[in-house]
Parts: sequence; structure tokens; C-alpha cells
Amino acid sequence: MAKFTAKPDELSKIDFTPPRTRWMETPVEIREHMFCHAAKPKELDVVGFPNGHEWRPQDEDWKLPENWERMLLEKMSDLLGKYRSFKVFMDICVRCGACADKCHFFIGTGDPKNMPVLRAELMRSVYRKNFTAAGKILRKIAGARDLTVNVLKEWWYYFYQCTECRRCSVFCPYGIDQAEITMMGRELTNLLGLNIGWIAGPVAACYMKGNHLGLEPHTITSSVEFFLDDIETITGIRINPSFNRKGAEILFVTPSGDLFANPGTYTAMGYLMLFHELGLDYTWSTYASEGGNFGFFTTNEMAKRLNSKIYAEAKRLGVKWVLGGECGHMWRVLHQYMDTWNGPADFLEVPKSPITGTVFENAKSTKMVHITEFTADLIKNGKLKLDPSRNDHLKVTFHDSCNTARGMGIFEEPRYVIKNVCKHFYEMPEDTIREKTFCCGSGTGLNASENMELRLRGGFARANAVRFVHEHYGVNMLANVCAIDRATLSTSMDYWVPGVGVTGVHELVGNALIMKGEKERTIDLRMEPLPGKEGAQ
Amino acid sequence: MGPIFALFAVIALVLVAFVGAGVANLHFLFGVVIPYAAFAIFIVGFIYRVLIWWGSSPVPFCITTTCGQQETLPWIKQSKLENPSSTSGVIGRMALEVLLFRSLFRNLKTQMVEGTKLVYGEAKWLWLAALAFHWSFLVIVVRHLRFFIQNIPAPLKAIEGLDSFLQVGAPLLYISDAVILLAVTYLFLRRVFIPQVKYISLAADYFALFLILSIAGTGVLMRYFLKVDVVGVKELAMGLIGFNPVEAKKMQEIGVLFYIHLFLVSSLLMYFPFSKLVHMGGVFLSPTRNMTANSRMKRHINPWNYPVHVHTYEEYENDFREKMKGAGIPVEKE
Amino acid sequence: MKIYDGGKIIVGLIVFVGLFTFPFVYNIGKANVMPEPKINTPAINELTEKKCVESKQFMRAEHMQLLNQWRDWAVRKGERVYVNSEGKPYTISLQNTCMHCHSNKKEFCDQCHNYMAVNPYCWNCHIAPKEKES
Repeated sequence: MAKFTAKPDELSKIDFTPPRTRWMETPVEIREHMFCHAAKPKELDVVGFPNGHEWRPQDEDWKLPENWERMLLEKMSDLLGKYRSFKVFMDICVRCGACADKCHFFIGTGDPKNMPVLRAELMRSVYRKNFTAAGKILRKIAGARDLTVNVLKEWWYYFYQCTECRRCSVFCPYGIDQAEITMMGRELTNLLGLNIGWIAGPVAACYMKGNHLGLEPHTITSSVEFFLDDIETITGIRINPSFNRKGAEILFVTPSGDLFANPGTYTAMGYLMLFHELGLDYTWSTYASEGGNFGFFTTNEMAKRLNSKIYAEAKRLGVKWVLGGECGHMWRVLHQYMDTWNGPADFLEVPKSPITGTVFENAKSTKMVHITEFTADLIKNGKLKLDPSRNDHLKVTFHDSCNTARGMGIFEEPRYVIKNVCKHFYEMPEDTIREKTFCCGSGTGLNASENMELRLRGGFARANAVRFVHEHYGVNMLANVCAIDRATLSTSMDYWVPGVGVTGVHELVGNALIMKGEKERTIDLRMEPLPGKEGAQ
Repeated sequence: MGPIFALFAVIALVLVAFVGAGVANLHFLFGVVIPYAAFAIFIVGFIYRVLIWWGSSPVPFCITTTCGQQETLPWIKQSKLENPSSTSGVIGRMALEVLLFRSLFRNLKTQMVEGTKLVYGEAKWLWLAALAFHWSFLVIVVRHLRFFIQNIPAPLKAIEGLDSFLQVGAPLLYISDAVILLAVTYLFLRRVFIPQVKYISLAADYFALFLILSIAGTGVLMRYFLKVDVVGVKELAMGLIGFNPVEAKKMQEIGVLFYIHLFLVSSLLMYFPFSKLVHMGGVFLSPTRNMTANSRMKRHINPWNYPVHVHTYEEYENDFREKMKGAGIPVEKE
Repeated sequence: MKIYDGGKIIVGLIVFVGLFTFPFVYNIGKANVMPEPKINTPAINELTEKKCVESKQFMRAEHMQLLNQWRDWAVRKGERVYVNSEGKPYTISLQNTCMHCHSNKKEFCDQCHNYMAVNPYCWNCHIAPKEKES
């Protein structure tokens, strides 16, 4: 596969003219740089996924199992019986088109099959043919079509060009959520072994080793050791966190990405510094060392299997409640799925901040608190000494992650924290933030490298809004509360808006936090000089 | 092809009624049998769709689409309608959605300017036309009750009076008649002229529009232009309601235009439960809108939740015990 | 087969069925009183040829439009003569022409108007003929 080299000028020339042929007669073209590599059978075998086989998306023959049509239709029938959302969303769309230009992939590609309505019609057409009277009798006139290999390929191509960001669902007059349909599509493709490596690999790793990156217990502790060394260099304070410690009050779970790569690692340092300063009785876990859940991008069952570790570990360690780090889809799962799957967590207590005494009533059943809820409460109660001038070199804007925005609604907490640790904060245009926020373009396990064109196109809308505040206010730092954002927006910013960095909210907190007994700080968590301290070293 | 096919389908329906009632004098069929059948199919089909088809599938997860600030720390203001954590909030959210099309009101137009800049403009026409269409349709249906009941109650008369308060012409022009024709025409034109909307439109989308347009059109013709004997129409309607159809002679006295109108309405009723028009019921059952966003406060139960195979801590420790010990991580079994 | 949220769905459907079958229920036990407009007024009985300004069929469907035209011609243009389709002239006047023959508003006009719940605004300006309560 040739390396992707297109320049921003080329990529932003987007043609929104639909093809001359109608969509049912326009066969899918599996384009290079727009899709991810196939999953390896051994990655699927680890977790017992069916029909793992060697295949390549660009090949004519996908080596499908015999009877695959029947398998798919039976599974579809099964899913229709399990999810009312699936049935209702198959039946009630009126094709008003309100969702069309709301999808970042449509905006970035101009491909009409990336309009949420049409991406859903790819599935609806098969639903009509097989599950409705009108479709069976009137066929094409009623918008029905047979399930063929080409239809399956189209499903695969476009259901892996959707990041389940739910922006369409906000604008739909009936709340039809393409994320639900994409999830069904992925359940179906997964049944035939048609997963992608970038998802299947992390799922297998997370299942066996506890986290997507496959970090083994000793690697986790040694990664954290590196952070501790850096923190000591920066603050003069040696922090001593615990792992798998029984009897701790709080279990802390964060996406493993925070332990692995910049700039997520700086966010992890922020957590460590904050918890140390508070004297928090907490522990990390190497078994439940993943907040995120790539299983969520395969099947519901797999997501539940991976998620089970959090409660299981909380129970084993005997903690009182669970605190969750900055992550996007992790919080969709924790907020809307975890308790249903693996609850009730009756062995835990309603979360109560040991520092402020605040009881988190909004998490009284799940018993899991978002770190910006926790930190916002600390700041509100005056429990943190902060020096926001240490972030004076930053002009910050905040990117709401799709999942925390539209699957949770955590808007004010991170903003409150940011505004208390930074003096220069600017919002992006209102149609691109909060519930109308744009996806980074690489969610749902699409943050591979071979699909770079897709990612950059998908990230175009978000980048465009960042460019606006970059040009108008000189914004140079894009804050967010999502590990995938931290990884993928860096790539997207370098491409579309060079000069804008990416940070987690708790990196900013770590910089501003005045710690007891710290030496005079001259560098920030990135080991770069603080404003006004350029000559200090 | 979509719009042409749909147009011919509606023309065919008109011709069927014209030939059936106007030429072949099958007044009993078109004035009694088909309306009864259509009404029964509509009611039974709709109940089937909602109760049996949708109702038999559970809502396994609390998948509210949150469009505002969650309920959180007491000093942060919750958006109670856009992210409702209580039943009253959900009722408010659903009322806004059903009565005022709140989500459609958010609509934006995404445009590329200066080659590479995205801007988001107001796009309220779809919302306005959709709202105008649905509300005028409702007013028209309610107004038609005067054909189906004796001694019309005052509220119905008031609606009729408001609808005709402009006092234009005789019989008085109904505002809803003008509005529905304009709104449906707009909804049709945008399907044809907006390339993306044209691309997604199926024949079924045009069919519904043409069918409703032809129903409204024949109604308008009857009221304002090619008049039919409304007293005769009411006698026929009252006969249907009382299961005591009027005699054949009276049916014949009503103009054929009425039978065309009635047949188109019957077609709409029969088509309804099998088409996208079930969004009338579906909007109430959409989990992203009708669920309380309190999933961390109250456990949502999935009726088909089943035990799954997990990788236990014990298995994990067995895999990594030595490495854990080497890294100073406590283990269960030494 | 199990129905989920059956209670809520059934309540919704009862409302749906209730609204759409409202006329059936509302009319139970109510006799269907058909309108019978009467034309046995003294003035009509005196006529040799019992004929209105236009044919009965035309008048049944179009009288409201004709009256509207008469109003416009008389009030706005001052034209006071209407020549019908047979060439016969009539004075344009609701009270002196129409109501001269149809002096029984309650038994004639109101019969159909009430049946159809039509409330013409003729009598906002014109004085309705005095009739004995029947």
C-alpha cells in the first residue's frame, strides 16, 4: 500500500455532487487509505470470535463462510428481537435529510453514503427485503434489496466509516441514532470474521492482559515509574502510588493510552500529582488497567466481557467506589452500559469525596465518578492551591468528546476546571461544541495509520473549528477529556492546524497545582520552560 | 424515476376511484366497503406495528442522546429538558419534540466557503414547513369531525372559526388548506432540488407526499371550486359512523370528486401502518429521546442480560504472577 | 411473546384508538337527524312556478358563493340587478329577495347550517327575520 501523501489543500477540495447513478446501483469502491486492515484470525480466536480467517478488504474474494447470508439474516433477526431501537430506527426514518450534513465523514468526504440517513439505508434496504411485507412485495419500489456480497462489502466499508459519535441523533427529529445502526452492522460483520485488526488486536490484548495496549503488570509499573521520575524532576517531590492494593478507598481506572504515549502521559502525570497532593487513599489496578472498551466496537457481549473487570477488581480489592479518568467512549460505556451489564454494584458505597465530603448522588447506582466531576468539586470547595499563570503561555479551547457530550452530557465540569487552571480560554463556534461537537474523526477503533485519509477527512470539521479560534484568538492548545482525542487530534492538528497542541485537562491541572513542599517550578509537565522561566535552567 | 413512479401510482388511484364510482357506479364499494376496510387496516395495522412489532423488543440499555448538561454537582445548572434525569423532564422533552419538533429546530446548514472553511448557517425552513404541514394536517383532520358527529361541540366550532377567521370568500377560506398545500409543495420541491435530499429519496417518499397533496387538492376542489353536496356527504359519513349506510340513491347524488377524495384517504389509511408514516407512533418509542438520562443513578435492567465468559483475575494472576511479584505488585497466591 | 413497557404502550394506543374512534363512540345512542329544509312559506306557496333564482341543484352547492357575489355587487359596485342563467332579472337583496320567499330561517337555512356546523356571517350585518319559536 502506498503511503498517504495528499496535502491539506488537496484533501479539503471536497466534491459534494452525488454520483449520477442512484445509490443502489453504485457499487462500493474499497478505496486505499480509507479502510483498516483485516483482523488476524489469531486475534479473533483469543476471545472466541467466530469465523476468523485470512482475508483482505481490497480483494475480490473475502473468503466468506458458506451460508453467510443465512447466518447474517438470522443474526439480524436476533438483534431486531433484542433491540427496540434497531426496529424503530429501521421503520420510522422519513429521509428528511436533516442528518446529512451533520456527519463529519460526510463533510470531509462528500460521499453520499456517509450521510447518516444513507448509511442507515444500506441496512434498511436489506431489512425491508427480509422483514417487511411492503419490501417483500414491492421490492425495489419500496426501497428493498437483496443481501449480496456487494451489499455486505458496502456495509463493511461504511460501518467502519462511522465513529458512532451520535451527532446525527441530536439533529434527527425522531432521535434516530446511527451509532445504534453501526453497532448492529458491526455485530453482523463481526459474525463473519470481518473485523479490523486495529480493533481486534486491542480487544484480545485487553481480554488477556487487562488493557488495549497489552501492557503487562510490570510494564505498567515501570511506565508509571518514568512519570514519577519526571514529576520529581519538575517538582522535587517523589510520589509513591500503589498498584492492586487491597483496602484502598478508591479504585482509579483510566484508559491505558494515558500510560503509553504523549500527550496522554502528561495527563497521567497530572492525575498522579493531584492524588498525591490530596493524600487520596486510592490504588491503580493492573488487571482492570483499561477504562476504554474496544469491545464496544465489536459486539455487545465482548464489551460486557471486557467491562466486567472493573467491578470485579473493585470487589476483589474491597474499595468503596471507583474514579474514572479522562476518556470518551469509556464514559459512554460507564455511564449508559456498565451498571446494566455487570451491576448492581451493591458491594460498593455511594461515592463520597474524602476531601470535600461531597456525595456524588448522580453516580449513586453505578458508583463511578468522572475525574472532572471530582476535580471541579475540589476546586469549588477551595481544596486546591492553583497557579493558573503557569499555563499563561497557553491559549486553550475545549473539545467536547462525542461520547461524553452526547452519551453523558458532561459540559460544565471540564470547562470549570480549565477556567480555574488557565487564564486564557476561548470557545470554538457554538455549532461545533457541546452537544453539537464534532468527532476527532478517528473514534470507534478507527485510529489506525493505514486509513489516514479517512481519519484526516473525518477530522476536518473539528480541525476547521479549531483553526477558527487559532486564527481569531491565537489558540494554541486544544484541551479534551479523551485518550483517543489526545492521540488522534495531535495528528489532525499537525495536518490541518499546525501550531496547535493537544492536552488532557489534568495536564493543565498538574501544571497549575501548587504542591506542598514543591521546589520552585521552572518547567511544565512536558519538560518545557514555564512562562517567564525560560532562562531559569 | 422515483417521483414519476409515485406520480403514476397516485394518478392510478385517482383513476380507480373515478372509474369505480363515477363510471361503474360502485358507490357501495367506494363509499362503504373500502372506507371500512381501510379504517380497520389502519387501526389494527398501527396497533400491530407499535405493540407487537416494536413492543416485543425490549430497550436493553439506557441510550438517551444527551443534548445538554447532565445532572451533577448541585452548583452546576442541569439542562433538565435536553438531558432529563426525571420523568417530568422526559415528558417535557417529548412534548417539545412531538409538538414543536425541537430537534429539527436545531437544524443547521453546513457550507464550505472560501474553498476550505466550514460555516454553519441557520436552516429553519425544513422545520417550519414540517411544523406547518403537520399542524395544518391535524387541524384539517379535527375540522373533518363536523362530518362525523351531530351537534358539534363548541371547541370544534372554535377551531373551525379560527381556521377561517380571515373571512375570505364563501365558503370561507381555511388557512390550514392553504398552508398544507404550500408546505407539502415545499417538502416536495426540496426533495427534487436539494441534490443530497434527492439522492436519498425513495419512490415511497414521493408517494406519501403526492398522496397527501392529492387528498388536500381534491378537498380544496370540493370546497372552493367543483362543489359537491356537503349535506349528502355528511349523511353518508353519519351512515358509516352509525353502521347504517345511506341508501344507494343518496350516494349517487354526491359528485365523483368526493369518491376520489375518499378513496385517496382510504389509500393513505391502508398504506400508513406499512410505511414510514408510522413515525407518528415511532417518535414516542424512540429510546434516544424517551429515556430518562439517569443511568448512573438508577440501574437500567436489560431483560436479556446473560452471563458471559470473562477473563478472571485468578487467570490473570496465573499468567503474570512472577512478573507481578518482580514489580512489587501484591498477589493473591505467593 | 412478551411485550416490554406494555403498560405505557397500551395507554398510548388507547389514546390513539380513542381519538380515531371518537365519532363512533360519540354518536352511540344518538339518532341521526337528517336536515329537512322546509319551503312551505306563504310566499313560496303563492308562486305558480316554485323556482329559486337558479336551479335547486345549483343553489344547494353554490348558494354561498352566489350570496357572496351579490354582496360584492350590491355593496361595493352598487349593482342591484341579477340576471340568472335563463335571462330572468332579480333584485339583489338578501332580505327582500331571498328572505322574502325563505322567510323561515329556522326551518330552512338553519337546518343544513346547523347540521354541518356552518356559521355564516350573513346575520352579523343583516337582521334575521323574526319568527315564532316553533
